[in-house]
Amino acid sequence: MDYVLQLKNVSKTFGEVEALRHVNFHVGTNEIVGLLGDNGAGKSTLVKIITGYHQPDPGGEIYWKGEKIDHLSVARARDLGIEVVYQERALADQQSLWRNIFMGREIANRWGVLDVNKMRSETNRLMNTAMGFTSAAVTSESAVKTFSGGERQGVAITRALYFRAELIVLDEPTMGLSVSETKKCLEFVEGIKKAGKSAIFIDHNIFHVYPIADRIVVLDRGTVAGQFMKAQLTLDELINRLQRVAQTGVLDTSPQITPGNGGN
Amino acid sequence: MNSTIEAEKLREPAPARSGISRWARRNSLQIGTVGVALLIWLLFLIGAPSTFMSYNIYNALLVTTPYFGMVAIPLTLVIITGEIDLSFGSIMAWGMTGFDVVYLATRNYWLGFVACLLFGLVAGLINGVIVVKIGVPSLVATIGTQFFWAGAVLVVTNAQGIGLTFLQGSLLHSGLVGRIAGQLPMQFIWMILIAIGVWFLLNRTRFGAHVYLSGDNVESARLMGVDVDRIKITCFALVGLAAAFAGFVSSADLFFFWPTMGQGNFLNTLAAVFLGGTSVFGGTGTIFGTFVASFIINAINPGIVAVGLTQYYTQVIYGFIIVISVALQAVLRRRLG
Repeated sequence: MDYVLQLKNVSKTFGEVEALRHVNFHVGTNEIVGLLGDNGAGKSTLVKIITGYHQPDPGGEIYWKGEKIDHLSVARARDLGIEVVYQERALADQQSLWRNIFMGREIANRWGVLDVNKMRSETNRLMNTAMGFTSAAVTSESAVKTFSGGERQGVAITRALYFRAELIVLDEPTMGLSVSETKKCLEFVEGIKKAGKSAIFIDHNIFHVYPIADRIVVLDRGTVAGQFMKAQLTLDELINRLQRVAQTGVLDTSPQITPGNGGN
Repeated sequence: MNSTIEAEKLREPAPARSGISRWARRNSLQIGTVGVALLIWLLFLIGAPSTFMSYNIYNALLVTTPYFGMVAIPLTLVIITGEIDLSFGSIMAWGMTGFDVVYLATRNYWLGFVACLLFGLVAGLINGVIVVKIGVPSLVATIGTQFFWAGAVLVVTNAQGIGLTFLQGSLLHSGLVGRIAGQLPMQFIWMILIAIGVWFLLNRTRFGAHVYLSGDNVESARLMGVDVDRIKITCFALVGLAAAFAGFVSSADLFFFWPTMGQGNFLNTLAAVFLGGTSVFGGTGTIFGTFVASFIINAINPGIVAVGLTQYYTQVIYGFIIVISVALQAVLRRRLG
């Protein structure tokens, strides 16, 4: 299996604090990786390295589609096709759907004049296809504040896919959503897989991650405590092991998978 | 997709919407502003038919509304970005101070006019830099610069106005404040041009799209690559430029520059923006609304006098309009948000 992203021996220290220690992590092409871990396990530090916000300590290496990336900045990450979907910060509430889809990447002609009709019609197309909004009450002019939490995540994910993101990082996308909204949001995450793209799904909640992840990576105190193919473990077994790690600090990682065969 | 069915259940039942109702929904703010304009016009027409049936009142509105309407239009941009500028009144006089200094030194009124615009532009840029780069809230920063420029005008001019009768018959004068066919004032044409220009900027350029985004959700705008700082500084600079231009236009029309000019335009300029439907919370607002509201605001003073009330009521009504329109925005925001 090809890797879209690979981190080798990545550490990150902030002063005295070792947020990440010798982390090896990868995401396969068209793979959804669930990233689990307690507060302080290093999830957000790992995400910030992947999105170019933090640089890893010397010795750590980042590969994108097999090519070594020496200095991964935020702009570089976006150019490569790494897009983050944040729960609260993704959308501008009072603006229309089309303005949100094209936020920061508006379509303009060579004189810099916006092609508003094109953006509206593209948004209408996306509503009917990717987002599945067919209600007559919703148009490309509807302000996104009228949307539910799951729909909002859908807009952000659709936007990322429209702009050809290869790897979508979802930072706790189901936080604060109701059961039905969570379901809707997870359907959009499945849409990433259907579109042939990859995703990292970060969540506290194993019940949200398990159904849609291909592989689950558990971070604990800055290291990868273990990773499991979903096919190898039932949800109950995974929960048992995570409960034991909370008590003993040791994660039973059998059957262990290595980066070499992970994802198949 | 299952989510489609669920999404539909969550919504109000959707009647088949015609193109007209969709258009009305999209432009509800502008329709509201036009409605208010018609209502006030009808009230005045009933209260003072002889005044409001005659052409003179409308001619007077076309002459004087641009004095502040030309500032209210770019001020709309600043308020959409979620900021405010209270210094435009002083900048009107500061721009004319630039004219004063350069004209007295060179005796060339074209150079003076260019200096006027530059003084205004730089004063606006300074506002922007103080707010964006130093991080002073715009309310406080522009109260400060309002005092600063007003004081600077008095210091530089020694509080002496200058007569501008030498402009009479010049191309600059007839181009800015002349009359087309002896009737239509040029400043009204300039106000329309500014409105069209700023409308285009706001609705048909990336800059304008980013103005809305910066005022709506700064953080998401930044995450999506919008240069919020540059957008806001540009908006403040445009207000400075327009204020200086409006200062020149009103001075040229009166053939005199008063160092205290602009102070009287403070309330009606802000009232025009808010009555025009621009949200004080940022993120929404239209140029059309500000344009129409400028005329409503300017009609109130003569209207009140014409219906037989004393002029003292004008400020009461301005204050009332500002409070009501901002309160309405707050209520709508809570209901829809």
